[in-house]
Parts: sequence; C-alpha cells; structure tokens
Amino acid sequence: MTVPLGMPRVRPQPATAPTDPLRWGPSFPEAAHGTLADGQLRANLRRATGTIRDKRLAVTAELPDWEDLRAAGSAIKTQVMAGLPALLVELEANVTARGGVVHWATDAAEANRIVADLVRATGATEVVKVKSMATQEIGLNEHLAAQGIAAVETDLAELIVQLAGDMPSHILVPAIHRNRDEIRQIFTDAMTGAPTGLTSDPRELAMAARAHLRERFLRATVAISGANLAIAATGTVAVVESEGNGRMCLTLPQTLITVMGIEKVLPTFTDLEVFLQLLPRSSTGERMNPYTTMWSGVTPGDGPQDFHLVLLDNGRTRALADEIGRSALHCIRCSACLNVCPVYEHTGGHAYGSVYPGPIGAILTPQLLGMGTPGGLPGAGPHDPTGSLPFASTLCGACYEACPVKIDIPTALVHLRERAVSPAGGTHRPTATGLAMGSAAVVLSSGSRLRLAARAVAVVGRLLRGRRLRRAPYPGSLWTRTRDLPPLPRESFSDWWATHRKDGAR
Amino acid sequence: MRIAVFATCLVETVFPQAAVATVRLLERLGHEVDVPAGQACCGQMHVNSGYGAQAVPVIRNHVRTFAPVLDGAWDAIVAPSGSCVGATRHQQASAARRAGDERLAVAAERVAAHTYELSELLVDVLGVTDVGAYFPRTVTYHPTCHSLRLLHVGDRPTRLLRAVEGLELVDLPAAESCCGFGGTFALKNAETSSAMVADKAANIVAGGAQVVTAGDWSCLMNISGALSRAGTGVRAVHLAEILASTREHRWTPDAAAVRTGSRRA
Repeated sequence: MTVPLGMPRVRPQPATAPTDPLRWGPSFPEAAHGTLADGQLRANLRRATGTIRDKRLAVTAELPDWEDLRAAGSAIKTQVMAGLPALLVELEANVTARGGVVHWATDAAEANRIVADLVRATGATEVVKVKSMATQEIGLNEHLAAQGIAAVETDLAELIVQLAGDMPSHILVPAIHRNRDEIRQIFTDAMTGAPTGLTSDPRELAMAARAHLRERFLRATVAISGANLAIAATGTVAVVESEGNGRMCLTLPQTLITVMGIEKVLPTFTDLEVFLQLLPRSSTGERMNPYTTMWSGVTPGDGPQDFHLVLLDNGRTRALADEIGRSALHCIRCSACLNVCPVYEHTGGHAYGSVYPGPIGAILTPQLLGMGTPGGLPGAGPHDPTGSLPFASTLCGACYEACPVKIDIPTALVHLRERAVSPAGGTHRPTATGLAMGSAAVVLSSGSRLRLAARAVAVVGRLLRGRRLRRAPYPGSLWTRTRDLPPLPRESFSDWWATHRKDGAR
Repeated sequence: MRIAVFATCLVETVFPQAAVATVRLLERLGHEVDVPAGQACCGQMHVNSGYGAQAVPVIRNHVRTFAPVLDGAWDAIVAPSGSCVGATRHQQASAARRAGDERLAVAAERVAAHTYELSELLVDVLGVTDVGAYFPRTVTYHPTCHSLRLLHVGDRPTRLLRAVEGLELVDLPAAESCCGFGGTFALKNAETSSAMVADKAANIVAGGAQVVTAGDWSCLMNISGALSRAGTGVRAVHLAEILASTREHRWTPDAAAVRTGSRRA
C-alpha cells in the first residue's frame, strides 16, 4: 500500500545487500550517525511524516467511536494470541475445504524452500509480487533469484526500491527516502523498456512504471503475495492495498502463493469491520481502503486456479511465549508508529537495520530473532545491532498513543531492554553500565546516602559559583558535546529543608 | 491539608529550586508541608535502562518512606516531576511483581494512588488555578511526554500559567514532540538525542519566549543545556518556580540557578 506524501528530495542511500533482512546494519547509534548527517533526509522525513500524521489525526478524530475501535482491535488480537493454535488449524481446514493448499514453515529457510519448490513446479522463471512484509522478512526475492526465478515487485514504491538494489526504509512507504529525480534515474538505468527522454514529472514516471508492470501482469503465471489478514472461520485471505497492482497479481495469474505470518489470523468474518476501519485510517489516513481483495480458496473459472498459503512462524511462537513481548504480534503493519516517532523522524528507517523499522521494529525485530532467549541471539546489549534496537527510543509514548491496536510499545521496549542486558540462561557479562547502575542503586535506595551525594554536588556547586560546565569527561562528554551542563546548586534540597524547618517557617 | 513532598533524586541533588518552590507555594496556599526523611528515588532510571531487578531496593525505599500516607500521616504526596509520578503509578508495582514481591507491589500501588504531579495536586485536589503568582515574562510551555501521555495532565499546567499575573503564554511549535532526553537515551543515542533537542530549542526560539517551562527538570535540563550552548538567552524554569514567584518574593535567575535561597526564609 502506498500513499502520496509528496516527493521527498534526498540523496541516494547506500544500497546494502542484506544477508539477513532482520539484521543487516551496524548498531542503531552507529547507523544513526550516518543517517543523521543527511540534513535533506531529515527535512524530507519531517515533512512526509508530518503530512501523514495530520491526515491520520483528522480521520481518526472524526470517528466518535475511534477509541472503542482501538479497544476492540486490541481485544480481538489478545483473543487471537490466546487461541492461536486452534485458529490456525481452523484456517487450514477451511482453506483446504475450498481448494487451497496450506503449508507450514518454521523459519525463513523453510518458507523460501516451499515457495521456490512451488514456483519451480509450475515451470515459471518470473513471478509478480504484491507488496509484502513477510516475504521481505524472509528475503524471498534473493532466494528466488539464486534459483533462477525473477521476482518482480509491483507496488510502485517497492519497484523503485527493487530496481535501485536498495532496502526499504518504511513499512508502508518503502521509498520514502527517494526523490523524483532519483526515481527518474533509477527507471532510466534499471527498468527495461523505460521510455527515452523520461522526465521527473510524477505522472510521466507513473505511466512508465504502469507500462512496465502491465506487460509483466499480462504474462505472469505465478503471483506471490503476503496477507493483511485471514479469517479462520471461512478460510478467507485478504490483501489491503491502494494501487490496484496487488489486485492484478491476485486475479490474473494461474497460481497464487501467499506467505502469511501466523499472527495475522482473525477468528470470524465480522472481525473485518474492526480492522478495515482501523487499518486505512491509521496507515494512509484514508477513510476507506481503495483496493481490498479477499479470496477463499479457489473459485473455478475465476482468478488463480492453484492457491497455496504458506503459514510462517520465523520467531513468532518465540515472541508469543513472552507475556509482555507478544503484544508485538498484534501489529497490523499500519506504520502509524513510524510516522509519529520523533526518533524515526530524525534517523529514518535505515538506521534500524531491519525490514521492520521504527518503534514496532524496535520491539518486533529482537523478538523474531529471539534476542536474549535460550536458542536465540544472546542478549548482546545496546552495542549489538539487534540489542541496540530496544534502546532506540526516548519512551515518549507517541507510538502507543497512535497504535490502532493499542500496543504498549514503551512497556515492551523496557521489557526487551531487560532481556538485552540480562539474557535468560546466559552468563551475565559485567558491563560499565551495569556497574554504574549497581552503584547508583546503592545511593538511590537510601535517603541518607542520596543526601551525602547531594552534599557532594553542592560542594562542587560552591566551587563553580554558578558557572555551567561546558565540557565533561566521558561519558558526560556525550552530553556536553552539544549541551551545557546545568549550573550546580550550592545547597541540596534536604539541607535547605532542614534549615527552613528550623527557622520555623510554618 | 498536610502534604508530603517527594523531591525526586534529580531535584534533591541538582535542581533543588523546584522542590523549594513547591514547598513555598504550598505553604503560601496555607498547607502544612512535610519532606519525609529517607526519601530518595522512584526507580525509574533503573527500570527504563533494563535493570528492573536493581530498581527493587530503590522502589522499596520509596514505598517505605511514603507508606505513612496510608495511615493518614499526610493527605497527599506531591512531586515536581511528571515522569517520576508516572513511574510510581505505572512502573513500580510491575517491577516489584516481576521480582516476585507481591506485597511491595500492592503497597506501591496504594502509595501511588495518593501521589500527584504538581499541576494535578493544585487543580484536582486543591481546586485552585490562580495561585496568586507574579511572573512578568513571555513564557512557553513544553508538555513533557510523561506528563502528556502517561499522566494525561492535559491543560492543567497551562490553566495555572494563564492565571499568573504578568505572564504572557506563547505557543510552542511542535510542542508535543519529545525533547530527546529519554534518560540514558541521551547518552546511549547521544547524536539522535542532540538532533531532537536542537529542533526543540529552535522551536522554542521561534515561538519567541523568554522562558521555557515544564513540569520536569529532567527534560528542562536537556532543553536548557541546548539553549545555553546555542547562546539563545532563553531560560528554562520549572512550573513550580513560576507558580512560587510573587510580587514580594520574585523569581530571579541567579537565585534560582545557583542557590536555593534559604536565607530568604
């Protein structure tokens, strides 16, 4: 799904070929060091996220029952997670009864193998793709390419990212970091059959992409999609998109392969009334979604005649086992949390080093990888690429406020920080931060010890006579590089209070 | 009313002027103020940094210190910090529970139910918006994230500010954007934090205020550090300090910044 956000004007980002789509960059602070230096990127992100923020606020404020809808969305998701195994079996039975074939994939490798085998069995060497986060997450395109199968992204923004050999920087608007001049260049360089003399006029660019894609839609025999949701009771799978390119893929080819995260299942058809209101208003700021395609198995003579549903775990059951962390599985991929996040607005999506950027990425990526759990990544703390993600937040709470299914992202972040610094079953490596926190706890758990510390500060304050420190030794230097320290007091509060009370002020 | 002040660790050590102002303000309004000895910290820094287990003794000390409120020692507890009150309400009990201390969790919840952020205490409990303050400056209000989204203090602080004689309240562009402090975030992600606070400082300057105020010195410390480094001349003053300032006892930059002013008592 894409949304017109204006055309960002930014310099090209370095294209990175990911070995793991969930873990392809350095740590968040290191990656942010690079992206923060791009003033144009920041200006564009501020404008783009600001536009969609206002749009979302307008269409959510007009609904008198918006908060009830959020509560309903949250409740349904909680119910789904509590009964996930049974719902998935029910979904499988109903998809199968309607002529579909259901496959179960434990991890990315298994899902890729299943999809590649299915495509190979058709003899196709080119497949068209609907924009999908699940297939991004498993690196399906790269896997198919290695098998000699070309996967063509048909979502316009996703096509731009693919042609550029780039990584997406936003869940909904993957090419948010590209401007129209770059898009013209990308099309000219990489799009076969691009018209000569192509300008950067948006209409011209769109028409060029349209002609390019139309040819592929008409010759495709296999399509691959993700799924926004699936209904266990009816075996219905749904894709929600804005361009209609998804519908082309979902209706024209003979074979349709859908890769769906297991958390996307919903119990009944009436649950759609909640999510089809929540999703468009939260993601694109639209009242109603333009193209909503639903299908139940196979309908003879209409649409794909072979339908395969690949149910993907890839770390989801591990997340489900975490009482607090499992709320990340409630996510409906609307990206509202990215658009309101002040950290994302400054660093952009590439700093997160995962196909899931922003606040939801910061709690989802570490859990999919099993950070800090036995059998998963060791909790490597804030200096590890994945371990750094839960720390990439000020806990300002804007994401929680915007989330249509009320995922308490700040609480999950704090919980995952704990997993990052104290991995379960792992040996607890003493770190400088850990030692500092230990000593701080000694001071902060006693009034008399804190009072002594405050007196020590006041001694320094009397020496400084109100001057502000402009430079402090490490780690204070991390502060004083851009900020002055406050002038220190000459007396602590409790010492003032002792005098005040003695003076008989009351 | 008998009110216990929880100064918070940052105010006790670095920004005593906020707690001094809270005491003076409440006494001026005719209330009996106490500062329970033994108080230290709410435990927020440890919990937010991933050291929940180490926060437990800190939380235990806090709950022990303020537990007498349950026996009627005070009618309410107030802190000049939205984020520390947020921690008592939304963090202490769950941290205690995760450490397996259910008794502490329940006690923390009961104490938190009597704990208020300053603007909440004034408007909701004491029922006052005009506290008789005098502060003849152009002021802008930064709604700190935890006051805004955790406590939902809403317009309580600005209602209090609008009632201050001589004070002109001006809008802050992008007011609800985080200042980038985030506790240890300011060090762990120093560059992102710096970029965020630079924008906040620029918006404050663009708004044309002489003074920026908020209900939390932690955020103000960050904002003030950036404003000072940029040489803007805009000062950060805690909401309590503005409300404590009167025609007789005026807030002055020097007194607020470097001494707590006990001689004045």
